[in-house]
Amino acid sequence: MTPIHDQSYRRYAGVRQEPGAAWLVIAATGIRTVLTKKFFWLVLLAAWGQFFVRAVMFYLSANFSNLDLLAPSVETFRQFFEIQEIFVLFVTVYVGSGLIANDRRSNALQIYLSKPLTRAEYVAGKLGTLLFFLLLVTLAPALMLLFLEMMFSASLAFVGANLFLLPAITLYALVEVLLSGFTMLALSSLSTSARYTAMLYAGVVLFTAAVFGIVNGITNSSSLAWLSFRANLDQIGDVIFRLQPRFESPWLLSVVVVALLIGLSVFVLERRVRGVEVVT
Amino acid sequence: MSTSGSEDQPVASLDNVSVRFGAQEALRNVSASFAAGAVGLLGPNGAGKSTLLKVLLGFVTPTAGRMDVLGIDVAAHPQRIRARLGYMPESDGHIPGMNAVSFVAYCGQLAGLPRSDAMQRAHEVLYYVGLGEARYRNTETYSTGMKQRIKLAQALVHDPDLLFLDEPTNGMDPKGREEMLELVVDLATRKSVNLILSSHLLPDVEATCGRVVVMHQGTVATQGLIADLKGLRRQVFEVRIKGDVDTFVAALEAEGAECHGTGEDLLRVLVTPDQGPRDLFSLAARHQVQVRHLRPSVPTLEDVFAEAIGEE
Repeated sequence: MTPIHDQSYRRYAGVRQEPGAAWLVIAATGIRTVLTKKFFWLVLLAAWGQFFVRAVMFYLSANFSNLDLLAPSVETFRQFFEIQEIFVLFVTVYVGSGLIANDRRSNALQIYLSKPLTRAEYVAGKLGTLLFFLLLVTLAPALMLLFLEMMFSASLAFVGANLFLLPAITLYALVEVLLSGFTMLALSSLSTSARYTAMLYAGVVLFTAAVFGIVNGITNSSSLAWLSFRANLDQIGDVIFRLQPRFESPWLLSVVVVALLIGLSVFVLERRVRGVEVVT
Repeated sequence: MSTSGSEDQPVASLDNVSVRFGAQEALRNVSASFAAGAVGLLGPNGAGKSTLLKVLLGFVTPTAGRMDVLGIDVAAHPQRIRARLGYMPESDGHIPGMNAVSFVAYCGQLAGLPRSDAMQRAHEVLYYVGLGEARYRNTETYSTGMKQRIKLAQALVHDPDLLFLDEPTNGMDPKGREEMLELVVDLATRKSVNLILSSHLLPDVEATCGRVVVMHQGTVATQGLIADLKGLRRQVFEVRIKGDVDTFVAALEAEGAECHGTGEDLLRVLVTPDQGPRDLFSLAARHQVQVRHLRPSVPTLEDVFAEAIGEE
C-alpha cells in the first residue's frame, strides 16, 4: 500500500522571485501581525486624536473669521510633532521591542538566514514594520493636516507662504522615526526578552531626559541638551521648522549625536544579527 | 529549476576549508565531497558537523579554503545557493505567534515563492511530514517530535534541490524517529531531493544514507560509500574471553588489532589482513586467556566509525 505522504509531496514547478524582495515579505507580515491586535487599534485611534482636533480647528478657522486664533501656523505643525512624541515612544516600544528579541528567543534567526536573504534584508524588513507604524502616527497625519488646511481654506496661500513646510514635515518625521527605529532594533537585538527591551528603551529615553533636566536645573544652562535623546530631536526639529532653537547647545552637535546613535545602532545590529552565535 | 546533479558530480564540496572561532579551530583543512543522493555526515558531538553545514550555508566565513554547493561558489553567491537549499537546524526554531501553516507558508515566501503558491505548498508539506491535522495549531504548543517535523516542513516548502538535516531525530520517540527516517529515505529515493544528514547516531545514517563522511575533531576521518568502507581493510571478529580482558586487549593492540566493546561482554576485534582466528587463539594462549566465543562478524558502520576515529 502506498504511504499517504507519497501523494502529498511533489516537486514545485512554479515561478520563484529573485532574491532581494524578502524584506518586503518580512515587513508586510510584521505589519499584518501587529494589526491583528485590538489593543493596538486603540493606540492608533488615540494617536490620531490630535489630528482630528486640529482638523476641526482648521475647519473652524477657515470658516469663521472670528476664530482666527485657531488658524494654522508653522508653530502649529511643530507643536503637532511635539505632542505626537508620546505616541512615537509608545508605538516604538509596543511594536519594536519584540521584533528581533522574539526571533532570538525562538531561534528564528537561523531559519530566516537559511533562506535566500541577507542580514541587511532581515533588518530592513523589521525596520520596515516599525517605520510603517511610526510614520503612520507622525508623517501621515501631519501631511493630512497640511492637505486639509488647503481644502478647508480653498487656498494655497498658507502653503505658498510656507513652502518649506512640506519638506520640513517629511525631514523631521524621517529623522525622528529613523532614530527611534534603529535604536529600538539595536536594543531588541541585544536581548531575548521583549519586555526587557521595552524597559531598556524607555529607560534610555527617560534617563537621558532626567540627566539633562538635573544638569539644566543645577547649572541653569541648556548647553548640555545633547545628553538627552529627546532634546536632540527637539533641537533639530526647531531648526528644521525654522524656529529659534530652544536649547543653548549647538544644533549641529545634536545632528552629530543623532547620526552617532544611528551609526552605533547599525554597528550593534551588524554584530548581533547572525545565523550562528559565535562565542569566542 | 535545474536539478540536482548526477552521481559523478558532487552536490557539495569543500577544498581545504578551515574555520576558527577565536583560539579554537572548529574545522581543520577539511576536504570533502558530497555526492548526489543521501550522504551521512557522521561524527561524535563536537566533531564539527554542524559547523560544516553552517559554512556551506554561508553563516560562517571560513578562514581558508573554497566551497561549492550545487556547482555554485558559496563565497560568491550565498543567496543563490540558499534559494536551492533547505536547512533543518539542530536546535528548535520557529517564528513566534504563528500557527504551523502560516509559519511554513511564510518560510516559502521568504524563499521566493509567490504567496498563494507558498500557502498551497505549506499545506502539502505539512501533510507530508505528518502534521496535517495540527497545522492550525500555534507552533509554540507543539511537542518535541512535532517541532522536528515542522522544521523539516519549513526546509521543504520551497522544494529544495539539496537538504541539510542537522540531527533530525533529536528528541523523538522511537515511532516518531522511525517515521522521520522513512521520510528522509522517501525524499532521497523517490523525490530526488539530495540530502546531507548530520548525526551522531550511526543507525540513523546507516538506515538512510548510501555514503558517509566521518568527521572527528574538526577533520574528515574518512568518507565514501558505506558498503565500500564496510568492505574493508580489516576483518572483524566477535570475541568473548575469560581472563584478564585488559591484558588481552593490550596484547591485541600491540599486534596491530583494534578492539572495542559492544556494551555486553563481547569484544569486536578488527584484525589486520594478515591476521586470522589462529593468531587470536595463540595470542590468548600466550596470555593465559580462555577464548569462549569467536565468530567472524559482518562489519558495521560502527566498525568503520571506530576505525576512522581510532576509538577503543
